[in-house]
Amino acid sequence: MDRRFPFKVLEHIFSFVDSNEDRNSVSLVCKSWFETERRTRKRVFVGNCYAVSPLKVARRFPKMRSLTLKGKPHFADYNLVPDGWGGYAWPWIEAMAARRPFLEEIRLKRMVVTDECLEKIAASFRDFKTLVLTSCEGFSTDGIAAIASTCRKLRDLELRECIVDDLGGDWLSYFPETSTSLVSIDFSCLDSEVKLSDLERLLSRSPNLKSLKLNRSVTLDVLESLLRRAPQLVELGTGSFSDELDPEEIAKLTKALSELKQLKSLSGLWDLLPEYIPLLYSLCPRLTSLNLSYATVMDLIEDKGLKTVALCCKELRELRVFPSGADLDETDVTLTEQGLVSVSEGCPKLESVLYFCVQFTNAALVSIAKNRPNFRCFRLCVMEPFAPDYRTQQPLDEGFKAIVERCKDLRRLSVSGLLTDKAFEYIGVHAKKLRMLSIAFAGDSDLMLHHLLSGCQSLKKLEIRDCPFGDTALLENAAKLETMRSLWMSSCFVSFGACKQLSQKMPRLNVEVIDEHPPKTRPDSSPVERIYIYRTVAGPRLDTPEFVWTIHKSPEVGVSRLSIR
Amino acid sequence: MENVGVCDEFVNLKATELRLGLPGTEDGGEEERQKVSCCKSNKRAFPETEKDIESTGKTETASPPKAQIVGWPPVRSYRKNNIQTKKNESEGQGMYVKVSMDGAPYLRKIDLTVYKQYPELMKSLENMFKFSVGEYCEREGYKGSEFVPTYEDKDGDWMLVGDVPWEMFVSSCKRLRIMKGSEAKGLGCGV
Repeated sequence: MDRRFPFKVLEHIFSFVDSNEDRNSVSLVCKSWFETERRTRKRVFVGNCYAVSPLKVARRFPKMRSLTLKGKPHFADYNLVPDGWGGYAWPWIEAMAARRPFLEEIRLKRMVVTDECLEKIAASFRDFKTLVLTSCEGFSTDGIAAIASTCRKLRDLELRECIVDDLGGDWLSYFPETSTSLVSIDFSCLDSEVKLSDLERLLSRSPNLKSLKLNRSVTLDVLESLLRRAPQLVELGTGSFSDELDPEEIAKLTKALSELKQLKSLSGLWDLLPEYIPLLYSLCPRLTSLNLSYATVMDLIEDKGLKTVALCCKELRELRVFPSGADLDETDVTLTEQGLVSVSEGCPKLESVLYFCVQFTNAALVSIAKNRPNFRCFRLCVMEPFAPDYRTQQPLDEGFKAIVERCKDLRRLSVSGLLTDKAFEYIGVHAKKLRMLSIAFAGDSDLMLHHLLSGCQSLKKLEIRDCPFGDTALLENAAKLETMRSLWMSSCFVSFGACKQLSQKMPRLNVEVIDEHPPKTRPDSSPVERIYIYRTVAGPRLDTPEFVWTIHKSPEVGVSRLSIR
Repeated sequence: MENVGVCDEFVNLKATELRLGLPGTEDGGEEERQKVSCCKSNKRAFPETEKDIESTGKTETASPPKAQIVGWPPVRSYRKNNIQTKKNESEGQGMYVKVSMDGAPYLRKIDLTVYKQYPELMKSLENMFKFSVGEYCEREGYKGSEFVPTYEDKDGDWMLVGDVPWEMFVSSCKRLRIMKGSEAKGLGCGV
């Protein structure tokens, strides 16, 4: 008797399975579940664009409506990956355009996207609704204009921290007068001015607009006029917040801001003048996300200012505090660990934090952990490498131990300051749900890596720079690497011989060496400057530039550079 | 791209002797702490609070010159450039110092070269922080207000604004602090 559920029943059941992790598990149960699942998956997520070929993905998921791709390793954000490394969107866009014309959403992170790509998207997907590009580069405002003018059903156009060849603000005028479907628009990374009248008209005819993120060239004096046309906003990224306003303008702006009854997220605030902070008070009680990246908090607001945030923003879930340009050079900084302690005390829903600070203490970390066991993302950057607890001169081991012990749901962690192997033993023992870990200038030996790879069950992405170990731990824990998305190691003690051994041992890993100044010979003992190791079913990639080598699986060959242009 | 990192010394280091440090420094983690010298005899007596010294908690000695480490701190260069250009645009050759006022949860930065003399500076500070300072006299300092403008000079001492000639002030002022209330009252007059 055929005990299998009919396709229709399975299909119906699977329609309730949303998360891709669950769907991945479902597809491993048996062939018929695999088939049913793949025919019903609508949202496809590929965490590493080189892990699988575009063609395979296009074929496997016929009902795909949404595609999310990530390209370069995270440390590319900090100039550790040379230009031209890879992460090209074109092969994916081309494959989807040919096979999946009903695709509606494309989200790309750290990929190279050209105007050609954008024009292809505009031309190929007639129901296209959502374009989100995060940390991408390679395109100009002409490509954006193509999307704006051609995609009649466009709902989301978000350029998050992209490097765009900005040819002017005309692209905004390409939205047809008939388009009323816009739900989110983010052009905060563009430099040039858009025409105010274009923007006003766009807002007036977009009743569904929930998220508006302006660029810096939108001055404070026009903000009120924009907000009046979009009081339903849930997310607002202001433009520049520094122009002199007369009392009447201030009053109008205050009123407009207080009308934003649904606003939950605030960002932008370029050059925020401290005397304008009270204008934002009416928004604070509802805020769940506060991004002070451009408000130069460290320079002007200091601990006391964060204390105010702690008092006013009780709904806050996410906080990002960056150093200002000056503080990247100065040591005379007055934002301390106390600021973060205050916020962790005062904001009961805080679960995600990115915090830059010159120095820290174990006591502060312990307090923070006690106050906020609900952290899911904790990224602390103590800017002084190897900085110990400045009160006790001890490593920050105990502090981070408190964090991983208490915050049982921690998914992402960045550690910094002076750390010994002990810190990583604690992380290995306690951080069972940790998926991503970033480490710099830490640890003493291979034990550190060993603790992590053998302990952190859920680890998917590990990135390490300037740490003193390599070969032994890497080879002992090679199998772990196939359970992870990727491992990045730079300026560590990894030898070429170990890379070869690793690559031979693990057939489904690509072991890539990045070397801008390749040596004449590579004896096994020679150190490797940067390696990027990732699991893949697609084999070595074919688009490596001259400074990237994929270690060949065959021992005699050593390194190969397969490159087909 | 120069990458100043540990691998430069890979061949020479023994694993057991490993101690990482920034290029140019000998030791990785240790930093000496020294207290700020409170008062010098030829300057106006000034109640330097314990709190002030502890709360900074940083070394007052000159730290070793910071070598440029690629990609550190981990801030996107895009963001760095963004901030830098604005800083260069607006700052140029000015002498920027931070100004804080007791009780205010924020600081400002001002360019001292914009002002020609003390009265201009004081007016600007009064506008910025919405307070008014009293009458200044050489012997008795500021009278008639609970606010007292002070500054930290190159030697790390806190001085009353107005005590030294303007040019000397501009060249030696590191930061400004508008003191308030009881601390201000502690200021004696004369030497």
